[in-house]
Parts: sequence; C-alpha cells; structure tokens
Amino acid sequence: MNSTAHYQPLLERFEAASFTVMMGEIPMIAAHADHLYRMVEHLRDEMGYAMLLDITAVDNLGFSHPGSSRFEVIYLFRHADFKRTMGLKVKVGNIDVGLPTISDLYGSADWLEREVYDQYGVPFAGHPTLKRILNHLEFVGHPLRKDYEITQGQYCTQTQDMMDEMKPLLDARGLEMERDNLMILNLGPSHPASHGTIRTLAALDGEKIVAGASEIGYLHRGFEKSCENHTYNQIIPYTDRLNYCSALMNNIAFAKTVEEMMGLTLPDRGIFIRVILAELSRVIDHLVCLAAGLLDMGGQTNYWYLFNPRNDAYDFLSKLTGARLTNSYMRIGGMTHDLYEGWERDLENVLKKVDKGIAESLQMIEHNRIFQDRLLNVSPVSAAEAIDHGFTGPNLRASGVPYDLRFASPHYYYDTFDFDMVVGSVGDTYDRLMVRFEEMLQSMRIIRQAAKNIPGGPINVPHHAVTMPPKKAVYTTIEGAMNQFKLVYEGVKVPRGEHYGAFEAANGELGFYIVSDGSGTPYKVKVRAPSFLHMAAYPKIIEGYQVGDAILTLGSLNIIAGEMDR
Amino acid sequence: MDLSNSHLLDDAVVCTKVDAVINWGRQSSLWPFVFGTACCAIEFMATAASRYDISRFGAEVLRFSPRHADLLVVAGTVSYKQAPILKQIYDQMPEPKWVVAVGACASTGGFYDNYTTLQGIDEIVPVDVYVAGCPPRPEGILDAVVQIQKQLWREPTLKLRDHSGFKGKLDE
Ligand code: SF4
Repeated sequence: MNSTAHYQPLLERFEAASFTVMMGEIPMIAAHADHLYRMVEHLRDEMGYAMLLDITAVDNLGFSHPGSSRFEVIYLFRHADFKRTMGLKVKVGNIDVGLPTISDLYGSADWLEREVYDQYGVPFAGHPTLKRILNHLEFVGHPLRKDYEITQGQYCTQTQDMMDEMKPLLDARGLEMERDNLMILNLGPSHPASHGTIRTLAALDGEKIVAGASEIGYLHRGFEKSCENHTYNQIIPYTDRLNYCSALMNNIAFAKTVEEMMGLTLPDRGIFIRVILAELSRVIDHLVCLAAGLLDMGGQTNYWYLFNPRNDAYDFLSKLTGARLTNSYMRIGGMTHDLYEGWERDLENVLKKVDKGIAESLQMIEHNRIFQDRLLNVSPVSAAEAIDHGFTGPNLRASGVPYDLRFASPHYYYDTFDFDMVVGSVGDTYDRLMVRFEEMLQSMRIIRQAAKNIPGGPINVPHHAVTMPPKKAVYTTIEGAMNQFKLVYEGVKVPRGEHYGAFEAANGELGFYIVSDGSGTPYKVKVRAPSFLHMAAYPKIIEGYQVGDAILTLGSLNIIAGEMDR
Repeated sequence: MDLSNSHLLDDAVVCTKVDAVINWGRQSSLWPFVFGTACCAIEFMATAASRYDISRFGAEVLRFSPRHADLLVVAGTVSYKQAPILKQIYDQMPEPKWVVAVGACASTGGFYDNYTTLQGIDEIVPVDVYVAGCPPRPEGILDAVVQIQKQLWREPTLKLRDHSGFKGKLDE
C-alpha cells in the first residue's frame, strides 16, 4: 500500500524530491525547501493526506550525515483512509530564513511550527504568531539544539499578558475592547478548573466568549531533551509522567516503538499482559477525566462514584508493579516481572467496582436535564474540523470519525478481540464525555477476554542484548554478571535509523518519532502528544459559548499537561 | 460526667493560654490552597476523595483563592515558567501560612535535572514540610498535614511567623 507507485506522480512533479523509507516501512520523502509548500498542498488536495500528525526537527550537529545540513524539519502526515502514514523531510538551508509556513494548509501546523521554532530556532516564514510556546519568553537560546547544555536553566521573572495574541484576534473580528465594552478574563494557569497548569485568556462580551487564546508550556519538563541523555530503559520512568493518568500506556507505547525499531516481537503472554494493562489504563484515564469533568459541573457525587473504583484499580496496580500512579512496569522487550498469583480475582474485583461506579454515575446523569442542557451542542467540532485540528482518540471519534489505531493498524491481537469502536455524532461536549463512558465498557470487554485467554510462557523476548538475565545467573556466572553490566551501563542498542511508532492511548494517538545513532541512547525523541493538538484547537472551539461552557469543554477534551507540555 | 447535660459548662471557668486556644482552632481547620501542577496533584485528588478523606484531619476546605488559604500545598513539578506564579500566589496568602512541598519535583526538581525545572520550590518560597515520593502515596500527604499541625502547635500566635531569614531567587 505504501509502495513507490503511490508517490510516483508526486516524485515526478517535484523532481528534487527523493523517496526513502523509515524503519517500519513508513515512506519518508526528502523534499526541497522551495517546493515544500506546493508539495504539502499536493499531498493534501491531490493525494488525500488529510491530517498533519506532527512537525519536528533534527539537529545533525555531531551526527554527520554525509552532505546534510545542520537542521532538518520532519513533517508526518496521515491519509484520510487512516491507514497510510508518510513523512516529509526538508533540509533547512539557511537558518535565518527557515522554511515557509504551512499553517494555512493545516490547522494543526500553527502550534507545531511554533514548537519547532521555540525548541530548535527554525523560523517559519509567514506564520501568523511565531513566538515561543513551551519555554518562557525570557528564555535565550533553543534547548533542543545539540549545543544547548541540558542543565542550563533560566529564571523567568515575569508572566506575559498575551495581548499580542489577543489583539490580532479581536482585530480580525472587527472588535475593540473599549468601544464594544469587552472584558478580558484570565483563566489559569493556577485555576481549579484548568485541569493542570493551562492558561486561557478569553475576551468576553457579557458572558459570551468572543475570542480566546491559550498559553501552555507551564509543565514543560524537558522530556525530549532528557531522552537524549538516558538509555532507552531509563526513559521508561519519564514516559510514565507524560499522561500520568494512564502511565502504563505510555510505557507500552514507547517500548513498542523501540521494539519495532529492533524488529522484536513479544511472546504472546507479554502481549496479553500489555493489552490488559493498556485497557485498564484507558479505563482509569477516562474515570479521572469524567470524574473531574463532572465535578466541574457541580456533580460532585459523580466524583466519588468514579474516583473510588479508580482507587481499587490502583490497589491492583500497586500490588502488581509496586506503584500506584507511576508504574514503570514495562521494559524494552517485555516487562519487569510476570503477573502475581491470584491476579485474576483482584482484576475481576476491580472491573466489578468500575462497572458499579459507571452504572451509578450514569444513573444520575443519563437522563438528567441539567446535564444535557449544559452539554448538548456546546462547542461542537465537525469531522472535517477535527481532522484539520489533528484530533485523535475519543475526541476525534466523538466527532463521528471512525478512527482508532486498534482497528486501523491491528497489533497486539486487537483484531481478535470482540469489541466495538465507539463513535459520536456531532462532536459536542456531550459526545466527548459519553464516548468515554462507553469506551470504558468496551475496554473492560477486552480485558475480560484477554484475562480469560491469556497463554502461559515467557513474557520477555529471549535476547541477551535486550532482556536482563535472571538474577541467579548474575550472581553465579561471569557471563550473567557481564550481561547485566552491559545492559545497565550501555543500554539496549537500537539500530541506526529513524522510526515513527504510534499507539492508541487514552487521549488519542500517542506517537514517538525516534532517531537512533546505533547506541544505547536515542539521538532524538519526539512525542506526538494528542493533548497538544487538542489544546491548540481549544481557544477556537470555545468561541461563541459561555465561560461556564468553556470550563466543561476543557474537561471534555481531557487535556493532560504532562503529555501536552512534555 | 453526663455530657448531654447542656448546663455542664454554665458556671465553669476554663483557664488556658491564648496560644493554645487559637492554635487548637488553626490546627483543626487548615485551609489548603493546592498548587497542583502535575502527577502529584492527581494523588492529591485521591487524598481528598473518600478513601483517604483529608477531612479527617480538618483540612478538607480546599480554597482556590490564596486569600482564603493558610496552607500552600505545592503538588507537582514547578518549572521556571511557573515560578513567578507560585511566588505571586504565596505572596497573596495572608499570614500565618505554611508550605508543603509534595513529591520529589516540588522538593528538589526530582529527576528533571534540566533546563526547564526549578530545582526545588525552596528556591522561591520557604518550605515547612517536604514529602518524599514520586508521587508520594496519599498517606504521605496526610502525614504532611499532621506534621504541619504539630509544628503549628508550638508557634506563638501573637507574633507573625518569621521568614526574614529567607530570600528567594525571585525576591529582589
Ligand atoms: S514528584 Fe514525580 S509524581 Fe510528583 S510531579 Fe514530580 S514527577 Fe510527577
């Protein structure tokens, strides 16, 4: 499907382009900066690449590809059939000139380009608001450049007033603060309903929002830079803290991507354990999202009903992994240890409690007039808009787009489990919340099937270069000791190359674009964080609705700051 | 003694110290402001929910205005970008006030020894109790509340708490 033939017309039209494939068979076309804009337009309009997944850059300093320029910018696209993925790679000839913006072609490009500018200092000519997004405005330099020292922190003394972003928005709408009697409301970054540290500035006409602008980056923790000085297995704990409401799922997504680069397939038991834990994490994630969202609405009882089963799930996870929230249970090539004896009973108990919590909560809201009046037709996102914004996961499905990686690119035997894809209709706040309720039930169906059919056998790939030797061998044999020593000090070595791997996480497509130089430490890691793009759309979709609606919309998008800001 | 007798204390005189009475009140009605930024904040949510129930320690009246709060609970990673906001919130809280740093990040920057992360909130605001863990279990957070209660018990109420020895990185 991803054969050269598909790209032949493109390659003929733009002669300077050349075709390569990344590891994992994803095509990567090297393009010339002068053709970039027209090529992207061609991809979108003629070839059907409807979604821009991600934009990032690579700094080649100290990684000399023959003849390459220092910075390359990578664009990842997804076809409207949601099966094909492709990449574009463009060399940045002159860093002062940068590249042309594609933010008028794809809504999602806006923030993604800002991030590349912030982190790598590659400017995008024609971008409407090219300013820093993750780092504060007093920051000097570009942290993801290879010559930026990782520990070089810079104090921030002031917050920004954001009017530089708000003013053009108002101008575009023909509004004036004084004349139209508008008020600016600042929500966050420390606000009880802002679900983490997110700041939104809303221009209000009475209660109605006429323009919005969001500021993020308050929880930027340098995940991607930290990856560049840790071994692959050491990165696992960092992945826990991306979407900390479903830590295990991030572990799995990262480990799976690295395993794909190494061509490893887990033994079946390992895969089943991953499926069970991934789906349980999805349930926990949705529970937290719904509990907090309903709490914002004043439905506090729901908070207790939904939060308590989550605690039971955490009891199970801490028994299994030793930690409630940040489990770090996965390893490249498998996981730390097998399930404990009697896990089936504990797990079934958890599921029963979740079932009960969901039923109790639904009983209160399903036919509740207040619930419906407050959510129906609030901030609807059409299918086309959702795709343009780069929505994935429950938020995209709420808009009626039947896309779920578990169906689109079956892995981990997802195609053998009997479960349904949950799709909404209009993509309003109601749909976004209700899709999550239903998805929990579907996930529990998967868990029950997987728990019933889980095979025996090993859980880790049987390779010395990947999996730790048994402790007994480490203490009694020189080979075992050396094996352990090398794995700890040098890490699991990943072949040279680049790869994009994605996983259907609780919030949507969690992808990792990894460049390896063949060592035990990645040369570059970029997270495609679903929350980042959901948040980018947020100030646009709350327009025309009231402040109270905006709070619920934020809750329904389930923005997790750790994942968004990385 | 029959406690249901409402006249029990009618003519009684209770002798005590002002400090003891006021601290008794403060101790059992700490009003936390939760500066929740990251993963640790999720565990604070669990601490407030019914299983761990922070109200057993009289600290369930979570305030979202710093003006109403006397216990600043910093739960989560604080980045350089957030530091001025943390300071502003701390400054807005009226005295007497106490600060708890929940988790490795708030205490020391945790394993984010990098360009974004403040290496401990005590660079910005004075901290009374640190809680270890990444994230700490809810019991750990409850323990911090108890530690504050114990500390508070010894403090004179007619004098302002003395922070003069503290100079944060953002204090001019
Ligand atoms: S201490 Fe650990 S759990 Fe808490 S905010 Fe930091 S990384 Fe998250």
